[in-house]
Amino acid sequence: MDHPVQTDFLRWIVLLPLIGAAVNGVLGAVLQKRMGKWAISLLACAPVLISFLLSLQAFLNLLALRPENRFLIDRLYPWLSLGSLKVDVAFWVDPLSAVMILVVTGIGGLIHIYSTGYMHEDKSYWRYFAFLNLFTFAMLVLVTGDSLLLMFVGWEGVGLCSYALIGFWYHDHVNTRAGNKAFIVNRVGDFGFVLGIFLIFWSLDKQGHGTMTFREIQQFASLLEGQQVWGIGVVTLATLFLFVGATGKSAQIPLHVWLPDAMQGPTPVSALIHAATMVTAGVYMVARLHFLYSAAPETLLVVAGVGIATALFSATVALTQTDIKRVLAYSTVSQLGYMFLGAGVGAYGAAIFHLMTHAFFKACLFLGSGSVIHAMSGEQDMRKMGGLRQKLPYTFWTFAIAVLAIAGTPLTAGFFSKDEILWQAFSSAHGSPLFWVLGVAGAGMTAFYMFRQFFLVFFGQCRADHHTQEHLHESPSSMTLPLVLLAIGSIAAGWIGLPAVFGGSRFAEWLEPVFGAHHEAHASATLEEILMAASVGVAALGFYLAYLMYYKGKLAPERFSSLAGGLFYRLFHNKYYIDEIYQVVFVGGTLLLARIGAWIDRYIIDFIVDGSAKTTAFISWFNGLFDNHVVDWLVNKIADTTFEAGDRFRKVQTGNINGYLYVILGAVLIAMIIKLRYWS
Amino acid sequence: MTDNILSYMTFFPLAGMIVVLLLPSKSHNLIRWVSALFTVPPLLLGVWLYGNFDRINPGLQFVERVPWIPAYNIDYFVGVDGISISMVLLTALLSFLCIFASWGIDKGVKGYFALFLLLDTGMMGVFIALDFFLFYIFWELMLLPMYFLIGIWGGPRREYAAIKFFLYTLFGSVLMLLAILALYFTSEPHTFDMTRLIAQSGKYGVQPLAIWPFDQWGWGFQHVVWMALFIGFAIKIPAFPFHTWLPDAHVEAPTAISVILAGVLLKMGTYGILRVNFPMLPQATADLAYWFLAALGTFNIIYGALCAMAQKDLKKLVAYSSVSHMGYVMLGMASFTTQGINGAVLQMFNHGTITGMLFLLVGVIYDRAHHREIEGFGGLAAVMPVYTGVTAVAFFASMGLPGLSGFISEVLVLLGAWQKYPILAILGASGVILTAGYLLWTIQRIYLGPTNEKYKMLAEINGRELFTLIPLGIIVVILGVYPHAVLDLLRASLDQLNQTVIPHLS
Repeated sequence: MDHPVQTDFLRWIVLLPLIGAAVNGVLGAVLQKRMGKWAISLLACAPVLISFLLSLQAFLNLLALRPENRFLIDRLYPWLSLGSLKVDVAFWVDPLSAVMILVVTGIGGLIHIYSTGYMHEDKSYWRYFAFLNLFTFAMLVLVTGDSLLLMFVGWEGVGLCSYALIGFWYHDHVNTRAGNKAFIVNRVGDFGFVLGIFLIFWSLDKQGHGTMTFREIQQFASLLEGQQVWGIGVVTLATLFLFVGATGKSAQIPLHVWLPDAMQGPTPVSALIHAATMVTAGVYMVARLHFLYSAAPETLLVVAGVGIATALFSATVALTQTDIKRVLAYSTVSQLGYMFLGAGVGAYGAAIFHLMTHAFFKACLFLGSGSVIHAMSGEQDMRKMGGLRQKLPYTFWTFAIAVLAIAGTPLTAGFFSKDEILWQAFSSAHGSPLFWVLGVAGAGMTAFYMFRQFFLVFFGQCRADHHTQEHLHESPSSMTLPLVLLAIGSIAAGWIGLPAVFGGSRFAEWLEPVFGAHHEAHASATLEEILMAASVGVAALGFYLAYLMYYKGKLAPERFSSLAGGLFYRLFHNKYYIDEIYQVVFVGGTLLLARIGAWIDRYIIDFIVDGSAKTTAFISWFNGLFDNHVVDWLVNKIADTTFEAGDRFRKVQTGNINGYLYVILGAVLIAMIIKLRYWS
Repeated sequence: MTDNILSYMTFFPLAGMIVVLLLPSKSHNLIRWVSALFTVPPLLLGVWLYGNFDRINPGLQFVERVPWIPAYNIDYFVGVDGISISMVLLTALLSFLCIFASWGIDKGVKGYFALFLLLDTGMMGVFIALDFFLFYIFWELMLLPMYFLIGIWGGPRREYAAIKFFLYTLFGSVLMLLAILALYFTSEPHTFDMTRLIAQSGKYGVQPLAIWPFDQWGWGFQHVVWMALFIGFAIKIPAFPFHTWLPDAHVEAPTAISVILAGVLLKMGTYGILRVNFPMLPQATADLAYWFLAALGTFNIIYGALCAMAQKDLKKLVAYSSVSHMGYVMLGMASFTTQGINGAVLQMFNHGTITGMLFLLVGVIYDRAHHREIEGFGGLAAVMPVYTGVTAVAFFASMGLPGLSGFISEVLVLLGAWQKYPILAILGASGVILTAGYLLWTIQRIYLGPTNEKYKMLAEINGRELFTLIPLGIIVVILGVYPHAVLDLLRASLDQLNQTVIPHLS
């Protein structure tokens, strides 16, 4: 491999938001009091915008290089160096991470600006921006870190910020519970992630090339082939471990449960973290390690299967939700499922393309919903909205464009990217017509639930109470400007990735140095066009149903919700009761184990410890008793006996010298007799 | 002065004790400041030591040797290497900070600080002693003040806790003494010199003894001695099932003493294993530490975390988290990989700083609310934002969040463990999920949610308390970003230590 050029400015892309976070985090409270909120805004927005400009610079630098040399690196210092483990703090930008840093700093920058309006009344304004900046930093570490371990730093870092921002309004335990859930569920994923890192490292180390950097892993990936652990191929197992991490971060089945609850955070946070950037990290990671995933067909099948299953599952849930943000949350889970479907059929470029377009239109939708909530004095229930299109014109039009995009309306960004995934799901070597059919069904549902939301919110009669209606107002320009820019992106972002039948994708070409030249399956252009038309048709059907039900009112939603005795409706509405099941099995099970552990400590181990102490004490008490009553009795007895003996002998002591002399004489005589009789 | 730097570091506090004893017992502030003064030179010498320690040299440095009791070949023999240097520095730092954490003691002030300084000397001595006899003297020397510090200045159940601590440790000491004597009489000529005992490690028989049950287990002299020493050290770590003295001792001990207990005393257990068991009894280490020690460590991780989750008393929860985190040390050292063993000693250091912070933070809240019931608080973040911020740093460090020190040592330990015991590494890694669970749940119940009306007026953390916490917080951040600040000290010696055991692994 060629040796890339050291580029010193990349570090500033990453570190500037950290500086913003540090200043606002430490001094924010004081600054806000002394100088006002504008100082906080400036300190928070400027670093992200400068990072964006530097990211553009990096992009242009890459563009100036020949495609195969498009690679910049900024090495700071050795982070860990023990034995064969060598990890540097180093940031790199290649065509793939260039796309990501542009999304993160670009859309992130817009959301920062939007937040200055949305959060303006908040007392903890500084704390919000400190975490938002810290998030941007962590996300940039995640995408530019040159090794798995550094990526993991960002991976957990974004999780921390997500936790802190979901529970931003911490006075309410609903929010803090949602934050905890997000962090802990993500920890389960992270657990898989580290195991994947360990397995890859040691398997390469066995061949003398232990490494954690992406480029070296790619270089030595072939050494992993044929290696096995526990009867499973190392590549398969490692990619599965890492994919567990992806299901956590990107909210895929079975670790999807945290994302809908994460909507408890401020709405711009939902837009930035829980729609545009953090939740796509799993897709990015799979794409980053495409060379490993492609070498593990079993894993790819799992990825695609989980992706499509999640896409369908959460689309059905989204059909029935009434909270404006929950619909978008399930929609996000569903769209992420499409991205994994793309990655799972080996179409990494298509997955990243959808990641990017989705970032635009979903951020636009979330920020639009934020604008609606802002106008509705905090109301999130769509049943209490309606008819908002006149009062909120900017919000309405931008929302409309984003809805068209996500529904896959031709010529919008969402159309091109989703169609690319569906086409690959059908035609790629790892794909199958079944994936296509399921994907199209999901697309139909997407169109339905998005237009349902659109009509419920913006059309018909306003169902809010008088007080709320009187306060209806369009948001300030700090909020509408980002909406307009995102709406433009929701159309334009698609045009850089035109399908092959329309002249080919600049986007795919850009990513070619990363994923390799994409060899189109030689299916006919006609087939591609037919499939495209079919999916548009299904989406149109979804739109038409929503139109009949929620615009015209000609079709009562109850006709569907009462199907099979309302079984499906209840199942969808209650998210298949998965939260309840997890609560009992995992949370309850862990707490039970915890109590058992504490019980063992107290009643078994300490019983033995205290018991042995008590036994010792008892023995010594008994010993004392024995001492007092037996030994002392004996001692006393002996003493008494001696005393008595002495008493008796005393009688001999008469004081009569003659008597003594007789005794002595007698004794000497006896002694002499004995001596004469026995010793001679 | 630099010739006898280690002796100065050790005996300055002892001199301080004598001075404190001469002070009038009524002048509390004078006693406090004098005590603080006598912990400063060890800290400054520690900084000098950090700067001048030769990181390439795996052998002993700053060695001092004076014949002491020639009749029994006992020397005053001290020195440091990579195994002990980080512990010496940690002891100097925590002793200094804990004087300030003891400012609130107002009962028997003179006695408290005198005993504290004596404890300081004992702890430092354990980490620098290279003569087994001297080691044992220091080991016991430290036990005595600890007993009184818990038993007199402790909480309501202090007597139970102090006696439990004392007896547990004494039980271990007796086994250790027997092992020391066994080694002494086996060596030729008889010696307590650890370096000579290590040089003769080939002499300690490994042939199975003809005594039941050792003949059944295939244990030789070396294995029996190993186990006796191990139990003595395991009580200190504390390894399951010898750990139940720890929650009681921690809960009853005053804040500063809890910090010392968790920050320094627990490390003596794992330090002893590395200093004595590994190099002196390598064959037994290879036979017994392999799997057994690793599995025990893993069990500690999970069992400690589960017990922590079940606690209602915040201090007890932190105490059990130590049981869990010390498990990583055992798992790491039993992996006999460079990552594992370096991670283990780094974890000892990191745990000292992180748990030190945690106990100091518990002390802050206890001083204000006079209780530690987790359920009894709520919404403190609104009342004490700075305090909550510092707590968050310590909690997330304890959780092993990347960017903070705990992450580095845990990752190194698990990475090292994976090479030898993938299953144990997986189980050990699952501990981080449990840790996140109980720590986040605790944050939620104490700091978040609606503010408990009773505690609306609690005073924010004060300057003195921050003074004890900030240095530890800075170290936690620095070692997360630049772990080689400590790893470089350890690496050479630990790699050499590893090499003494590895040839014996079958």
